[in-house]
Amino acid sequence: MEPAEPTARGGCATLDAALDPDSAAWLRSLGGSPTESDAAQIRLHALLLRIARSEVQRRSGRLKISGPELDDIAHQAANDALMAIIAKIGQFRGDSRFTTWAYKFVMFEVSTKIGRHFWRNPAAPIDAEHWEQLPNRLALDPAQEAEWQELVAALRRLIDTVLTNRQRRIFVSIVLNEVPVDALAAELGSNRNAIYKALFDARRKLRAALVANGYLDNNTSRRA
Amino acid sequence: MNGQSALDRFLQTDPQDVGCEEAMGWMHVYVELVAADPATASRYAGIAAHLRACGPCAEDFEGLLAAIAPPAT
Repeated sequence: MEPAEPTARGGCATLDAALDPDSAAWLRSLGGSPTESDAAQIRLHALLLRIARSEVQRRSGRLKISGPELDDIAHQAANDALMAIIAKIGQFRGDSRFTTWAYKFVMFEVSTKIGRHFWRNPAAPIDAEHWEQLPNRLALDPAQEAEWQELVAALRRLIDTVLTNRQRRIFVSIVLNEVPVDALAAELGSNRNAIYKALFDARRKLRAALVANGYLDNNTSRRA
Repeated sequence: MNGQSALDRFLQTDPQDVGCEEAMGWMHVYVELVAADPATASRYAGIAAHLRACGPCAEDFEGLLAAIAPPAT
């Protein structure tokens, strides 16, 4: 992809000239005198908390969290988002509104907090392996078991022989045990990008092995 | 859908997929472009491919899109 070139930051005056008035005002007040900066941080925190509360509410239907616990997650997310924003404010290039850039930290922190919360009441231990769920995860029709039984058996063998230990662990946790990516990242002391990359590589390796062993056609249903 | 095509679809990866780090790095820019014109998404194939494949990043994107939407009247 080729995103638009970010706005060069050649000093506050240059950045100010490129910013919308609201973003420029945020930067001026956050970088102002200690009194002005403190007041701006209080205003920003209130804004972040409002967004965090909306976001946890938006996600609440898919979570086993409600009430005070949900609000606690919103508070933690807003607090940590504010700290991250203050620490990284020098990285704001003015290529979006300041508030959009700031809200991104809220989304990230909400996801992280929900991921950590998962382990307070996990559906299964992290080392469980629910192989019987594999056909269901692949959306295979039970009525056609005779057709896919051999294919699923081959996939299971390849998971054990083709993947690295780490790739296997991540594949099993996410695909078989339905552990959310952010929850697994928290448990393994990793991050979302590293977990996603490991799963991406695992899927690619498994598909290549299934093609090499004649179980899949190399041209089968390639995505447009 | 038969077993072969279901499994193949499950294992498909898109070489254009930029990954979580780059998608998150540009998400604040991308979301404003998409909010202004949803057709913009197709011009950023790498991010669009990632958001199709990565549930957590797609969730963050949807949340960010909702956060910057004008309040309902």
